Amino acid sequence: MSLLELKDVSKIYGSLHALDHVNMKVEKGEWVAIMGPSGSGKSTMMNIIGCMDTPTEGQVLLDGKDISKVSKKEQTVIRRDKIGLIFQQFYLVNYLTALENVMTAQYYHSVPDEKEAMEALDRVGLADRAKHLPSQLSGGEQQRVCVARALINYPEIVLADEPTGNLDEANETIVMDLFRKLHEQGTTLIVVTHDPEVAETAQRTLTLRDGRFTKETVNEHFTGVIHYND
Amino acid sequence: MISASLLRRRSRMLIALLSVAIGAMILSGLVTIYYDVPRQMGAQFRRYGSNMIVLPKEEEFSAEDAEKAEEVIPSDEVVGAAPYRYENVRINQTTVLAAGTDMDGARASSPYWNVDGDWPAQTGQLLVGKEVAGKYGLKVGDPVTVTYTPEEVYGAGSDTEAESEEEMILDSEKDFTVTGILDTGGSEESYIYMSLEDLSELTETDGGLDILELSITANQDQLKDYADKINQTVDHVNARLVKRVAQSEGTVLTKLQALVLLVTVVVLALTMICVATTMTATVTERKMEIGLRKALGASDRSIIQEFLGEGILLGAVGGLIGAILGFFFAQGVSMGVFNNSIVFRPLLLPIAILVSMAVTGIASMVPIRATTRIDPALVLKGE
Repeated sequence: MSLLELKDVSKIYGSLHALDHVNMKVEKGEWVAIMGPSGSGKSTMMNIIGCMDTPTEGQVLLDGKDISKVSKKEQTVIRRDKIGLIFQQFYLVNYLTALENVMTAQYYHSVPDEKEAMEALDRVGLADRAKHLPSQLSGGEQQRVCVARALINYPEIVLADEPTGNLDEANETIVMDLFRKLHEQGTTLIVVTHDPEVAETAQRTLTLRDGRFTKETVNEHFTGVIHYND
Repeated sequence: MISASLLRRRSRMLIALLSVAIGAMILSGLVTIYYDVPRQMGAQFRRYGSNMIVLPKEEEFSAEDAEKAEEVIPSDEVVGAAPYRYENVRINQTTVLAAGTDMDGARASSPYWNVDGDWPAQTGQLLVGKEVAGKYGLKVGDPVTVTYTPEEVYGAGSDTEAESEEEMILDSEKDFTVTGILDTGGSEESYIYMSLEDLSELTETDGGLDILELSITANQDQLKDYADKINQTVDHVNARLVKRVAQSEGTVLTKLQALVLLVTVVVLALTMICVATTMTATVTERKMEIGLRKALGASDRSIIQEFLGEGILLGAVGGLIGAILGFFFAQGVSMGVFNNSIVFRPLLLPIAILVSMAVTGIASMVPIRATTRIDPALVLKGE
């Protein structure tokens, strides 16, 4: 059984088919990139997988459970327990320190644990920046805080939306190395991007155009560990 | 998280805190004034003289009855108690009304009496009404002889020699020194005032009292209760309110308290509007953060709890600051209007805090409810 499966999923806004009968499977531990230009349906896909939206048609199975028709309340619980979100704009709470931002995710999940949050920051190499406010961190550092926050509750899927979109090349390398490390540790990663270089670092790339997958590429250059065939 | 939000978003929170604190200050100040106005106004009205009189049921009543009547009223509410005994006396062979009284009591119960000179402080001293002083050409320091003729003899005629002898025997005289001239603008100016001891000595009798004038700091209803209680418990007397004083006091108090209450309600409403506006601005400003929190798994309930917690904490701190400032505000108003300091009521402190918490809580409800409509998918995409 796949960790995530989309069966004939469509999202229709009036006459616009943002997603048009999409099928997709993601195995546990897999690193998948969803690539496409603006308006291809990436964000809609991200919202549906991230349980922030429901499809108009079709089924979304997460760990075998159909989450396509669940209530807003249930969506919140699924997001909290199973999904780790990483955003292009980082979305850190500006008046909370890096450590507190990580602990925010713990707060809604279980109980804030400073030691554990500190370890998460240490894993992304930011232990020494824990007490800094987001405004005192560089873009790359903010994104790493965002990664630590996404990982703190041990989600089944880490969903990253253009994670390097706001980063310079040096920081992009740091973040992608971090993703590689996460994948090696067994984390399931879905990265939504329009950048082919970022997409190529994943095991598999799905190209989305006008709400449909038009291409699936298994990346030859993938250097990480393949888990889903284990 | 709530404290971090309040402490690190200082500028926005200071505005909210200021509005709550000012609201709480005016509220607690006005409530303090509202409860202190009767006392303050009572003290002001006491300058206009007694508000209760105790009269004899028959001809006169004893000093013991007067004491019993006075004891009915809590001693801290009695501003002044003046017993009066009236007798017809003569100065230079013409009749004048003499009042024997307790000078301290008369002074306290009739603070509007204007005395040129001094109040009698010992026996043998006389306070003379302005009209009497004019009639006899009396000045402060003048000696004056006051003659008393018992009523059964006085006016009975003195045609026969025997009767004239009897009159001579019964007449009594006492020499006084005028210490003050009384100016009230009223009937008191046609009286002379001496101590009860002097009048007893002059009349050679411990005559009963004709009236007891009481000046009491109490509202009209309390005064009525005291009068009823005196009438029930003390024989030989009939207590009545001086209606022109008691009623005026009641009317002014009612209107003043209604005004203060009205202003309090208006301030309460304005504070609520101010807090609601600030909270609405806060929710709008933090829309992205709310969306993020929801994306991270925050339920609507937990978001509401956080914002409500912030609002209530703000209310508590603002209420505390406002309650303390409110006392000084009330003190300033009291000193300016009544020239009198206000009584600090410790109970107002927790009440002001609780009311502020309730006001901010209620005022925050509408903007906080708006947080439930925030869709994380939309706000995190900048829509």
